[in-house]
Order: sequence, then structure tokens, then C-alpha cells
Amino acid sequence: MTHSPHEPSPADFLETMMLIRAFEEKNRERNSAGKSAGTCMSTGQEAAAVGVVTALSPRDRILTNHRSAGHLLARGADPGRMMAEIAGKSTGYCKGKSGTLHISASDLGVILTSTIVGGELSLATGVGLSLAMEPGDAIVACFFGDGAACEGIFHESVNLAAVWSLPVLYVCENNQWQAYVARRETMLVDHISERAAGYGIEGLTVDGNDVEAVHAAAREAVSKVRTTRKPYLLETYTYRQRGHFEPDDQAYVDKEELASWKKRDPIDRLHGKLLQTGALDEAAVEKISRRVQERVEAAVAFAEESPYPAPEELTTDVYA
Amino acid sequence: MSTLEAPSSAKVSVMAAIGQALAEEMRRDPRVVMFGEGVATKRRDLVEEFGPKRVRNTPLAEGIIAGTAAGAAATGLRPVIDLLFAPFICFSMEEIVNSAGKLRYISGGQFSFPMVAIAMTGCGWTVGAQHNQNIEAWFAHTPGVKVVMPATADDFKGLLKAAIRDENPVMYFIDMPLLHSEGEIPAGDGVVAIGKARVRREGTDATIVSYAKTVLGSLQAAESLAGEGISCEVLDLRSVKPWDEEAVLASVRKTGRLVVVHEASRTCGVGAEVAATAAEKAFGQLKGPVVRVTGPDAPAPSSYALEQAFVPQPDRIASAVRQTLKR
Repeated sequence: MTHSPHEPSPADFLETMMLIRAFEEKNRERNSAGKSAGTCMSTGQEAAAVGVVTALSPRDRILTNHRSAGHLLARGADPGRMMAEIAGKSTGYCKGKSGTLHISASDLGVILTSTIVGGELSLATGVGLSLAMEPGDAIVACFFGDGAACEGIFHESVNLAAVWSLPVLYVCENNQWQAYVARRETMLVDHISERAAGYGIEGLTVDGNDVEAVHAAAREAVSKVRTTRKPYLLETYTYRQRGHFEPDDQAYVDKEELASWKKRDPIDRLHGKLLQTGALDEAAVEKISRRVQERVEAAVAFAEESPYPAPEELTTDVYA
Repeated sequence: MSTLEAPSSAKVSVMAAIGQALAEEMRRDPRVVMFGEGVATKRRDLVEEFGPKRVRNTPLAEGIIAGTAAGAAATGLRPVIDLLFAPFICFSMEEIVNSAGKLRYISGGQFSFPMVAIAMTGCGWTVGAQHNQNIEAWFAHTPGVKVVMPATADDFKGLLKAAIRDENPVMYFIDMPLLHSEGEIPAGDGVVAIGKARVRREGTDATIVSYAKTVLGSLQAAESLAGEGISCEVLDLRSVKPWDEEAVLASVRKTGRLVVVHEASRTCGVGAEVAATAAEKAFGQLKGPVVRVTGPDAPAPSSYALEQAFVPQPDRIASAVRQTLKR
């Protein structure tokens, strides 16, 4: 398998997806043990995050949502500062004021994480406007779910970006769940990307559990947005393997449906493929796995050693 | 003379004062952009001077207008948005309250939101409850957001300029019938600091605190009370958040009596905050009960007769002053 020096290799994809999963699993474990607040996991959606984020340039911006660990880690965020943020410690990306749900990291271009479903869509056009009015060819990628696509602001955002010709890559992670409601209960069609035509822009649905397919589609989409300065609607069709918010017993989830999607788990799929093609052997995968576990343990240690914010921090950063 | 050029000291309408502020700030800072429903249609002079990229029409979609402003403000622009009538802001609440108001704090200070949202409100044009509701207190209760509500042309201009230069989201409410009123505009920059009240009339017996249109009614009441030998000090808050607690308390400590006047509905309105603060911090100096004169807890009517009944009129304000003086 060939790739350019700047392009992530399939082994890189595997490692980042494994890091995301291990990081989120650790959060869940800490939550169960009463050491951390509840959290929204993206288990099963790692390919969608990794495939798209790695197609962006460092100068591009990212808007994400409450299920953001994948986007942040794929962008190169420090798991220690993320874990510290989740634990409410002052060394976190947002000084402990964000918690698990709203982490943004401006130095990584991961900005304005809104956990109001659809909030990221309302901000994307403004970031797009700033980019459209400055020199250069940077774009903004806005990650949202099928739930946000059912909010009215989806229509307002995509329509305005189309009318004003803003460089926004809309990335809908259609994970089949809208909080505690199955997506099929809320939409008569399967694909969000079909709506693109209604706004006069391009849209595409890709298998969101195939990281290489996502990455290829995202590279194409990024290139189009960068050169045409028009929005594009990319849908990664995937599945939320965990509940909406941990702890969650998933009693409301169809067991057969979940099992069938787990068979298409993005990490298992790439793992299997790389073994099959001989790109990696079990020893190499084991090495990656150990490296990932060490990073997550180090992140936990950093978070635990870090101090809480001083009480005076309560009312700082309210006004500029 | 074009209304966009500041005259030395001529009478200018509030509408023209707002136009002057916008043009001067856009001239001063290329990051200032303006958009909203009909902005480019109504402000052709701004489009001609600053181009269609900086002055834009939008779809009738208040949510994304405010969201776009928040996103743009966080990434280097200084947007001014026109949301037309204050009740339309209900469609923008998520973007103003949850994004512009909170994301600076949530992000640990990584972003700021220098943006201004303009909206009209107030009785006088008989537009009815869905175009008229004085909702300034909602935003006084919203962390991260500032609120101004001027009464005269010079303050409309100066506060808009201050709002555009502020690093925080500022709600700029226009009391509709004031748009055609005229006043003198000072030469020069004329920026009016947010959070500073203005003594509109000095007095010794009672303090009347108000803002926007009811400042004018308060001044009329003070004038008629002067004929009865009652000397009222009239303070125009101008900014609802932050409001000038120091100026109000200084006046209350001097007069010992406080009447708060606003058109917005009574319950949990700005008057409640001002009255409570006076009770907390100047109780010893108060010589009589603090009295509020406000609009009722009712939607704004459209009938002119009912509209005028909604607004605190000078006679009601004067009675309130007599009440606090126990006369």
C-alpha cells in the first residue's frame, strides 16, 4: 500500500482509532467507578472522525459537538489535557470549565465546540464568513449528527452557506441515533446527503465504518470546498454502538441491529484487513495497542495529579 | 450634508445617528461587518461605501443570523446584526445565550465574541405584541452578554460605537418611537461608555431612575413636580447591563427616595434589580418606600389607546414620586 509522506498510513488510522476507543473506554470505566462525570462516547464512529480530520490541513478549522473526543484526538490533541479537562482540572484545554462535553482547543483549530445539538451548525457559517473574507484557502469542517440535521438550524445554516458561498465542509455523522430516539423514527429517508440538492450544493454518503473510504471521500470534498469556496455536505453513514450518555444500559436498542453493526466495527475491519494483506502482523498490532494503553494511562495520571481550578476562577472568563 | 458625516453640533434624528455610528465604525475598523434582514436593501449608503461583502442581506432566519455573528466574532470579525423587532430574537436565543454568551467561559477564555445585535421594541407604533416586547431584562439575566437601551440621539450614536468596539456581545435595543426624535450630536468620536448612567436632571427630594423612552416621561414628571416644590433627580441608566449601581446609589443616598420607571413588564424587570440593590446597599438612607412604575405583566397591545395605557406616563410617574414622599 502506498501513501505520500504527508498522508497518514492505514497503520496510523488504526492507531488513532484505537486511541479514541481506549480513551473513551477509560472515561466510561472512570465514570462507572465514580471518578468521572458521565460522558458521550463515539464508539463505532471512529472511522468517520479519523477519516475526515486527517484529510484537513492544519490551517483548517474544526467545529465539533458533544461527541468530540474522536475529532480532538484525530487532530492531535493531548490526551492528558483532554482527560484533565474531563476531570475538571485547571490543566485541561479549557482550564476545567468545559468538562467532557464542550472541549475546544484553539491552537489546534478545534474551535467553538457546542453541545447544543445544532449549535455547531449555527456557528459554522460565521467561521466560514471569516475565512471567506480573509486571504488564503482555509476551510472549516463542521461535524454534526443526524439529530442536528433534524433541527431547523441545519436548514438555515446550509442554505446561508450556499447562498453566501462559504467554505464550509458539513460532515454529518449519521449514527442512527438522536439521543434516545432511533433515526428511522424521525426521518422518512435514510440519507442526509440527499438534502444537498435542495440547497444547490454537492453531497455524498460514504460508508462511515470504512476509514479509508471516508478519508478518500473527505479528501475529495475538502479539495472541492477549498477550490470552489462553496459548501459541501458529506455524510458518513455509521452507528453509535454505545448509548447516548454514559452510564446507559441501552435497553432501548434493538439487539440484532446493534450486533449487525458491531460486525462492521471500523477498528475490527481495518485490523482484519491489515492482517489479511500482510501490512501488519499481530505483534505489530499488539505493539500499537500497548502504546495506546500507555498514552491513556499517562493521561489519567496527568489528570489525577493536576490541581482543580482555584475558587476565584468561578467568575473569570465571563466577559472579555 | 450626508447623514453619514458627523456635523459639528446640529440636530440629528436617532435614525441618522445610528447610521453615522455604523459608517464611522466601519470606516475605522475593516473587521466590522453588518448583516441581517434587509440590511443591504435599507443601507445602500453603507453598501456603496464598504461593498457588498461587508454589508449583506440575509434570509429571514434569525437563528443563523445570530449564529453567524457569533462564529464570525470568535474568528476575527466584528459583526453588527439587525434582527429587526425584539420578539424575533426568540429565534436567536440559542445562538445569543448558549453560544455568544457562554462559549468564552466554557472555553476557558479562548474566544471572545465582539458582536452587536440591534433590535427595535417599545410602544408607539401600534405594531402589537409580536413586534413589540421590551425583553432587555432577559439579557440582563444572561451571563456574558451586555445590554444598552439609549434615549437620545447622542447616546444612540455613542453607545452603538462603544458596543461595536466592545469585546463582548452587546444587545442594542431601540425604543421604536424614538427613531424619529432629534437631538444634538457632539463633534468628534462621541463614544459613550457602556455601564455609565447620565444625570438628566439634578434634584434633591427624590431620584427617578429610567432608560429609553420613559426617561422623557420621567423628565416631564420632574418638571410638573417642580411646580409643586418637589425637586427630582432623573437618572438615565442608558446601559441595563452592566448598570451604573454607583451613580444610582449616590443619588439615592442624596435624595433618600427612589422611583424606578420602565416600560418593560414589572415582574423581575430591571426595576426589581435596581430596587433590590437600593434596599441592600442604601437602606439606611432611604426615607420612603422604593416604588416601581412599569408596564403590566401583559403582552403589548396594538390599539394606540391601550399602548399608551401600557407605557408609564408622566402623571403615573409623578404619583409614584408623591407616594414615596408620602404626599
